[in-house]
Amino acid sequence: MITAIITMCVLAAIFGLLLGFVAVRFHIEGDPVVDKIDALLPQTQCGQCSFPGCRPYAEAIAKGEADINQCPPGGEATIDALADLLGVDSKPLNPENGVEEDIKTVVTIDEEICIGCTLCIQACPVDAILGAAKQMHTIITDECTGCDLCIPPCPVECIYIIPIKEELATWKWPSPEAPQTGDKPQKQIMGAQ
Amino acid sequence: MRFNKTTSPYLHNENNVSAVMKRVLLALIPGTLVYCYFFGWFILVNITIACITAVASEALMLALRKRPIKPYLSDYSAVLTACLLALALPTLAPWWLIVIATLFAIIIAKHLYGGLGYNPFNPAMVGYVVVMISFPQHMTQWLTAQHGLDLWQTLQLQLFGITPASVQLDAITSATPIDSLKTGLSLQKPISEYIQSPLFSFSQGTGWEWIACGFTLGGLWLLYKRVISWQIPAGMLLSISAMAIIFSLINPDQYAGPIFQLFNGGTLLAAFFIATDPVSASTTPKGRFIYAIGIGVLTYIIRTWGGYPDGIAFAVLLMNMAVPTIDYYTQPKVFGARKP
Amino acid sequence: MSTGQPIGEVFIPSKLVLPLQQHIGEASECLLKTGDKVLKGQVIARANGYVSVPLHAPTSGTVTAIDKQAVPHPSGLDALCVTIEPDQQDTWIDIETPSDYKDMDPSALRNRIRDAGIVGLGGAGFPSFIKLNPGARTAIDELIINAAECEPYITCDDMLMRERAAQVLQGIQVMQHALQAKRCIIGIEDNKPEALKALSDSLQQAGIDSIELQAIPTIYPAGGEKQLIRVLTGKDTPSQGLPLDIGVVCQNVGTACAVYEAISHGRPLLSRIVTLTGDGIRQPANHEVLIGTPIDEFIQHAGGYQDSVKQLIMGGPMMGFNLGTDQLPIIKTTNCLLALPQAADSGSKNAMPCIRCGACMEVCPASLLPQQLYWHAFARDFDKVQDYKLFDCIECGCCSYVCPSQIPLVQYYRFAKTEIWAQERDKIKSDHARGRHEFRLERLEKEKQERAERMRKKKAALQTSKGKKPAADDKKDAIQAALARVKAKQQGKPAQGQNTDNLTAEQLQKIQEIDARRAKQKSGETDTGKKPDTNHTVE
Repeated sequence: MITAIITMCVLAAIFGLLLGFVAVRFHIEGDPVVDKIDALLPQTQCGQCSFPGCRPYAEAIAKGEADINQCPPGGEATIDALADLLGVDSKPLNPENGVEEDIKTVVTIDEEICIGCTLCIQACPVDAILGAAKQMHTIITDECTGCDLCIPPCPVECIYIIPIKEELATWKWPSPEAPQTGDKPQKQIMGAQ
Repeated sequence: MRFNKTTSPYLHNENNVSAVMKRVLLALIPGTLVYCYFFGWFILVNITIACITAVASEALMLALRKRPIKPYLSDYSAVLTACLLALALPTLAPWWLIVIATLFAIIIAKHLYGGLGYNPFNPAMVGYVVVMISFPQHMTQWLTAQHGLDLWQTLQLQLFGITPASVQLDAITSATPIDSLKTGLSLQKPISEYIQSPLFSFSQGTGWEWIACGFTLGGLWLLYKRVISWQIPAGMLLSISAMAIIFSLINPDQYAGPIFQLFNGGTLLAAFFIATDPVSASTTPKGRFIYAIGIGVLTYIIRTWGGYPDGIAFAVLLMNMAVPTIDYYTQPKVFGARKP
Repeated sequence: MSTGQPIGEVFIPSKLVLPLQQHIGEASECLLKTGDKVLKGQVIARANGYVSVPLHAPTSGTVTAIDKQAVPHPSGLDALCVTIEPDQQDTWIDIETPSDYKDMDPSALRNRIRDAGIVGLGGAGFPSFIKLNPGARTAIDELIINAAECEPYITCDDMLMRERAAQVLQGIQVMQHALQAKRCIIGIEDNKPEALKALSDSLQQAGIDSIELQAIPTIYPAGGEKQLIRVLTGKDTPSQGLPLDIGVVCQNVGTACAVYEAISHGRPLLSRIVTLTGDGIRQPANHEVLIGTPIDEFIQHAGGYQDSVKQLIMGGPMMGFNLGTDQLPIIKTTNCLLALPQAADSGSKNAMPCIRCGACMEVCPASLLPQQLYWHAFARDFDKVQDYKLFDCIECGCCSYVCPSQIPLVQYYRFAKTEIWAQERDKIKSDHARGRHEFRLERLEKEKQERAERMRKKKAALQTSKGKKPAADDKKDAIQAALARVKAKQQGKPAQGQNTDNLTAEQLQKIQEIDARRAKQKSGETDTGKKPDTNHTVE
């Protein structure tokens, strides 16, 4: 009986020392998992996850303060990838944060109405709006991530959402499980080139 | 003019799942006929019971799982499982035993794992193992060859459990050669003592060897028709023969020779029909070979040193467990990936 | 089915629709505008970038439109096209006198081939001049001519070789010269005895011994580039690599013939041979067709449909894609139009589950594991799919053909490929957006710091210039000065303007005038007692 207790204590001591040594010897600065999480996020910087950007959200996930299913632009694919990375179960997108949009969108400014107030420029997280005070503003479509953060600040509501039109170069084969389209007339939608 | 739009290819060969299953069923016929010749109507009654149970339970499960019934029932996969199970179970097994085995095979081993194509374990073997372990006594009830019972007497015995008036139950039951081998070995008798009995000799026809030949014929036809690939029968038969040869050379009195091992106990049936079940077997060519060798080795080990007379069912199930690993390590080199 | 008649003659349709993208690479850039007149062989769009070729007018006429029209593509999407209305005169543009290819430098030869708008006519449409560039090597080992035409129903190459063997061989010699190839082998399937005979007779007549003719067994897909190279030379093209990596270049016979036309006669690529076949066509045959001919006009010209037709496929039955309509133009890569009386399958609706039989693995010409690719594509596990070398799949369709469960395997692989490409594009975009966002944060941070710095400097400057006077006193002085100004105003004294030192005479005079005006205004106001209007908005 006594020998058993002593043995256990000695073993505990040995392993404790080993763990402590390893913790000190192989300690890493910072939290590399934040970078890995950030790499999976779509970088729309839209704030729908309730954090001011993708990096703060990534940091929150790493600290355990946020769940992995709060990113609508990333959608199911991102949630699955995060689940894979962190070794947790995947879960459906939290409807409180928004819904996953099927079509990717960008925004455009109606130049007739724009008054040059620069409020949208200050709101854009990726500086995709070109303009200055009392000068015409315009969206650099290639840089726009579709986060829609510029729409609320605009005092004259001159910013519209437009879907990105499918091009031959970016067309994707439909999944074989999707219902086959059969005879569908061409849909003409006004969209960004 | 407007047309419908789908994707290529727009041609297909005539092969489909039911065609594959039907061919396997056809290949079972020679062996089954020999079985009938030696052991009368029993096997046909068993097969009928098994098939009816299988189809009924499959229809029930498909309805419960809300799947379309007609395409899955008409692919003959349940019928095939039932036939193989009936051929593997003892001839005098009571009808309820067959029903239990089949129900287990179809409902639990096949549908609860996801249905056709999703079961990791061979359903027939799962059914066999379940009744083997649960009703060990009944699993030793095999028939004597040429017992002379007619159809009505057969039905009475099998379905109603009534021993017909003119029949002595003791007279018609007997052990299979493999059962005798196990019993004999456990009694420490040297093989030479009982191997000379009519039970074991080829030419004297206890029937089992001839039945095995019948199944081999069917299996070779399947190979010719490219329904099964050669790696699995070859691997299994080679490994059993090799082990039998090695050990019987070491001690012929304690270990039965390769001919015995191959032609008795359902080895050939398993090699061509059971182990080749595509869903639960390995998929890569090298993997199939390894899988089959594994089955052969395990069968020999269980037969010789294990607790059961015929270890094929356990061997198959054990190798089914190993299949994902085998597949992972035996992928063929992709075209162009070889170092020049 | 379609080899019973000689190749049908070219005809000029009522309109020609020419997509600007008929090849792999960047779309050509249109040089014309609506209303321009064009001559046969005139360049209507120039090459855009390196991987691009120009586009020529197949006949003389007028440009009636440059807009987005339906183009033959599995997606059914539109693309920019030039529409020409032929004037039925078929007037050629002046062609450069061709020179002997043997005197030409290989790179000049390649430029000529590029200027003729030649792309791979075997179906892929890769600009031929790039393939004819040996690159870093000085010479290549083998030039393989793909005369296999392995896909069922297609016979355009077969007929080409039967009728124009001499031109084909001359084209091959040009290509050999451009590549400085040590060996040249024509690989042809043995189900084409007439073509074999035509080619070997032609070789004998011309006395060419540098080109070898090799019959190969007729097994699909022997015409796949990597498979053909393996059969003829025994070399394996590296996975996801190019044949050029092992010193081999593979070209189609149709391309060879087009090269001959371009180099020996100076004629650009304006037409090609198309096989029109299938049980849904009244008169299956091969025809030479102008690029841009609308398919419906072509089929009408060639005899029309049978009433039983249900499907129209561009390409062969294994690798082609079916068209939703026949109001589409024939493009450079249209080798066959196949009309079938049976309706198309509806994807995976009728598919049974995979029974893991392995038939697909046995027939795959790229030695892949189609079963594993299917399982992982089904599970949307795109990393695993790539582990099993998805991008080595040539989409030949053999696996789908043999699958007993009728699973549309190729559709899964195509779906997986485009999903992966879309994900890669998204990743690039999101990395870029992250970079911009981080730069923006840095910029804001920098501006904040600069502002803080400026504030600090200003404060320090204020302190040093006014001696030890504390800031509060400064403020008090300013307030007192303001109060004094207000009092002065109320007392009617003219406001003591600020900045009134060092004024010029002119400025002083101006101030006096303004003061006088103000005094007059004020007196006017006090007389009438009118209050100034406070509702005016200040402009």
